[in-house]
This record gives sequence, C-alpha cells and structure tokens, in this order.
Amino acid sequence: MSDALILSILTIVTASTPLVFAGIGELVVERSGVLNLGVEGMILVGAVSGFALANLSGSATIGVVGACVAGAVLASLFAFLTLNLKSSQVATGLALTIFGAGVSALMGQSYVGIAVGGLPKMNMPGLTDLPVIGPLLFGHDALVYLSFALVASVTWFLRRSRAGLVLRAVGDSHDSAHALGYRVIRVRWGAILFGGACSGLAGAYLSLAYTPMWAENMSAGRGWIALALVVFAVWQPGRLLLGAYIFGGISILQLHIQALGLSVPSQLMSMLPYVVTIIVLVVISRDSARIRRNAPASIGKPFHPTA
Amino acid sequence: MLSPLVKTTRRAVLGLASAVALGALSSVAFAADPVKVGFVYVGPISDHGWTYRHDVGRLAIEEAFGDAVETTYVESVPEGADAERVIRNLASSGHDLIFTTSFGYMNPTIKVARDFPDVKFEHATGYQRADNVSTYSARFYEGRAVLGTMAGMMTESNVIGYIASFPIPEVVRGINAFTIAMRKVNPDAEVKVVWVNTWYDPGKEADAAKTLIDQGADIITQHTDSPAPLQVAQERGVLGFGQASDMQSFAPEAQLTSIIDDWNPYYVARVQAVMDGSWESQDTWTGIDDGMVGFPGYGPAVSEDVQAAAETVKESIVAGTLHPFAGPIVNQAGEVVVEEGETLDDKALLGMNYYVEGVQGSLPK
Repeated sequence: MSDALILSILTIVTASTPLVFAGIGELVVERSGVLNLGVEGMILVGAVSGFALANLSGSATIGVVGACVAGAVLASLFAFLTLNLKSSQVATGLALTIFGAGVSALMGQSYVGIAVGGLPKMNMPGLTDLPVIGPLLFGHDALVYLSFALVASVTWFLRRSRAGLVLRAVGDSHDSAHALGYRVIRVRWGAILFGGACSGLAGAYLSLAYTPMWAENMSAGRGWIALALVVFAVWQPGRLLLGAYIFGGISILQLHIQALGLSVPSQLMSMLPYVVTIIVLVVISRDSARIRRNAPASIGKPFHPTA
Repeated sequence: MLSPLVKTTRRAVLGLASAVALGALSSVAFAADPVKVGFVYVGPISDHGWTYRHDVGRLAIEEAFGDAVETTYVESVPEGADAERVIRNLASSGHDLIFTTSFGYMNPTIKVARDFPDVKFEHATGYQRADNVSTYSARFYEGRAVLGTMAGMMTESNVIGYIASFPIPEVVRGINAFTIAMRKVNPDAEVKVVWVNTWYDPGKEADAAKTLIDQGADIITQHTDSPAPLQVAQERGVLGFGQASDMQSFAPEAQLTSIIDDWNPYYVARVQAVMDGSWESQDTWTGIDDGMVGFPGYGPAVSEDVQAAAETVKESIVAGTLHPFAGPIVNQAGEVVVEEGETLDDKALLGMNYYVEGVQGSLPK
C-alpha cells in the first residue's frame, strides 16, 4: 500500500470521527424516545469550550473533558424544557441549535485567530512504526479510539444490558414503561445528557484535532448530517459507524477525483456523499418491517404521566 | 406548545438586537458636527477574514480623523429584507456616509439611496451606481500573480494545490493569474484545483488541503476563508499562502506570505472626500498600486531571491509595465486567447470562464 493511500485513509478517519460521536449520542437519545435537533448547537458549544479550556490550561485532556461537560450542560437545558416543562421537542431542539451557534460565537470572541497544539497522535514504540498497519491501527489520536469504544459500548448497552432494555422500552412506549414503574423522565434525562456529552466530544474533535482552532460556525452543518445518519443507521450503532465512514470516505474520495483532474463537475462531486446516503436510505427503507422493529415508537411524543 | 417558545425566543433576540443597535446609534446621536460613517457587515467582525478586514478599515477611519468622525457598524446582517431595514436605519439616523460591504446589499443600497439623496453610499463589489452611490472592489488577481511567481520558484514537486470556493469569474481569474505568473518562472509547474463549493467550512477546506498534499502538492493556496488549509500545510511540513488577512499565527513556518484585503486607504480617502465636499459617485477597482491589495512580511522559508522576484512583480504591476493578463495567454486546449502585445480588458476579466494552460482538470460550468 502506498503512503498516499494510507494518508488518505487517515484523512477519512478524521472526517468521519466527529460524525460518529455526534451520531452515537443522538442515537441513544432517539432510542429513549426523544428527538433532539440541537446537535449542531451542542457541537459548537463543545468546540468552543474545548478550545478555550485547552488554551487556558495548556492541556488537551482538560479541553476534551470540558467540551463533554459543556455539551451536557446545554443538553440539560433541552431536557428541562422538553421533559419537565413539556415543550415541543422539535421547536426546542431548533432553538437549541440557534442558541448554541450564538452563545458559542460570544464565548469564542477572544479565541479567534489563535492556534493550539491539538491532540497528540498515539505513538507506541514498535507498533506505530510497523509498515502499513502501524499508522492505520496505532497512529491516531486518543479520541478516534474512544469513538470506536463508544460504539461498541453502546451496542452492548442497548442489546445486552438491563438498563438498555429499559431505555428501549421507554422509547417504544413511555406509557407502558411508566405503568411498569420505570422512571420515564429520569431515563430520558440520562439519555439526553449522554447525547449532549457526545456532541460536546464531536465539537472537541473539531476544534482540537480536525482543525485545531476556533472559528464561528466551524461545525458547518455536521450536526445535521449526524441526525440524518441516525435514521440511515436504522437506530443501530454498528450501522451508524458504517454510515459515518461511508459518508466521510466519499467526501474525501470526491476531493481525490477532483485533484486527479478527472472531468467530473465538482458540484456533482460535492453532492455525492448526500446522494449515496439517500440511495442507501431508500434501499434500506424498502424493508418496512425492519424499520418498524427498530424505530423508537414514541419518538418526539411528549410524555404526560397518567398517575 | 410550539408557538409561545418560538415567539418568546424571537422577541428576545429582536429585543436584544434592537437594544444593541440603539446603543450603538445613541452614542453618536448627540455629538455635534462630526461626519457620521456607518458600516453594514455580512459576517461577524471576528471572522478573521472578509468582515474583519472591513472593520479594520473602519478603525483606520477613527484613527485618521479622531473626534472629527463617528463610526457605527452593524454586523452579521443577512443579505435580503433585513439589510434594507438596517441601511434605512443608518440613513435616517443622520449618517453622512454608509459602506455596505457585501455583493448582496446591492439592491437594498440602491433602493435606500433613492430615498436619501443627501446621504452618500459606498457599495463593495457591486456594479450598480447612482448619483449618491459609488462602488469599489480590489484587483486581488494582482496579488495572485505575486503568489504564483513565488510558488513557481519554490516548488520542488512542480505541483501546486489550489483550494477554490465557487466557479465564478472572481475565483477563476485568481487561478489563472496565479498560473500564468507561475508558468513564467517555471514552465513545468502545474496547478491542481479542488472545488469545495463553500466559502467557509474549516473541516472541508482542511480535507481538500490534505488531499492535494497526498497527490503531490508541496505548496497550497486557497480562495476560501478559513486558516485551516494553511494549518494543514504547517502540520504536514509543506508551504502555503494566507488569505484575506495575515495567518502567520496558524502557520509560523508554512506561510510564505498572504494577500491582505486593505480597505484602509480607500475608506480614509472617501471620508476625507465627504469632509471636503468633493465626494462624487465613481467606480473604483484598484489593486497593489493603491494599496487595496497588500501583503504582510515574508515567512522564514522564503529566500532572498524569491523575495526579490516577488518585489519585482509588485513594482512592475504598480509601474504598469506588467499586467497579469498580458498576452500571449494560452488556454487549456492550447489555443491562444490573447495575442502577444495585447492585454485583457476589464470586461473580459469580469466574465472570465476558462482555465489557462497549466491548470489541471476542467472548469465546472
């Protein structure tokens, strides 16, 4: 394998990782029966908080942790409004995105035009130096490994753990879950906070690893792509990972095709990741039984406890 | 459930916005006599690019005239109905001169100008004028010719990566000016262009930079707004050029130089003209000679030879002995589009829709 190919694969990993983080968080939120459209806003607040803290403390780790907390704090606002005050999830989520974009711009004012070192890449003596598999398996920053670990953990949690079963029950029928004595509001609070922390991580990845800087609106719509990926993945973590990498892979592939000088219209190439996503979505959607099996039945519906 | 929340939010935002606008306006309302200058910005002043440079121009006016001027600005004004409201507000609150700094403000500016014949308007990058509306823009392609010269001399792989935004004449003109200048000093060098179809997406711009470097480019240049490509160049140990402002802080070793949008001299001159009563509607399209296209110092990688060559190009453009689009110019198909001894006129420059020889790939239509 040539060096250029390895480098391209590394670029794909960088492009896909923020989508994996934001997507896996939203997947858990939606599995609990809540639709949070504020992903973009939470990513931005995570990005600016992570950057600011890394810059102030000089430690990228503190930045990443801070970004998680900041994402969860913004998510708690959403949780309070939608779960406790019963506001509309769609409207509140959209407001959260707008609010997040504004508040991150305000917080980031003094950080424009500054660079930080960024997250260090893993370097394991002996392993990272191996040809081909060294850089591909052992040469990433810590967050890339965390993204894979997170997907594996969420898969296990949803499929095998009791808590995951409760979460899915709440998402499928909050009234039944409530009747069985499960704390619907509490479960959803937990899921929303987790989703916020994951979006915060996606933001930290953008401002500390992908392009180590802060700039207004730097997520440039990745939160919305993550939301689409959750549907694309039919609410299954493994498919979400696959979807994020297909999307990231085609985004990079189209740049390569352009740089090779092939005469394909660039507008068409820029569309390609979205077109492929839609095609796969259509193919998957033909099996309506599978959608019904996996889609959380109570998604987006407000929960009013009966007793 | 839905409507109260949205309403409250919107009202809160509007209330905040008008409070800010009122605060900004009231600070000038009671001052006696000074010339009042208003600015309308399309982005935030912290964008480190286009709007930031216009705001630097506003500050230059304050610096130059002190108490004799009062300046006001409104940032992040969307192009559309909001723009007309903001411009009208500025015009009706006693401003003498109003700069509207984005192409999309053209129609609102003309419309408001009709109702305020005594207020002077300056619209950036547009083409519609009136008795009280001037237009102005910069010949950034002159700066591209300087960058192309440097890139041609410094590249070792003979591949330059060009990250482009949208296939419009402004951007195509930049690519061609860069390539022509590069081929003059290095006929073997080629330019690879990647279109990202956005002005601003740091992640995508960085991906494009990585792709171009993976395909052999050892110098990166860009016509997009974020410093991300330059940051990638720094990380990968290749070279690059900044865009719109000095981006040295993102790439201390990699930045060779940058094109700086320098509106300061123009803005100061236009305010002066209003003070003197000599202001007239005009169309300004100038470049290096008037300082509208500027450069920071050279990066550490630039040798004295290259610096000297770059300075020569700048001086020749200023002296008028070198035009970046002087013939012979050959297009990609090998056809001569401009004969030796001829020069493309402004009309041809404003409508440029083909690549010159030395650019790889085909221009998206």
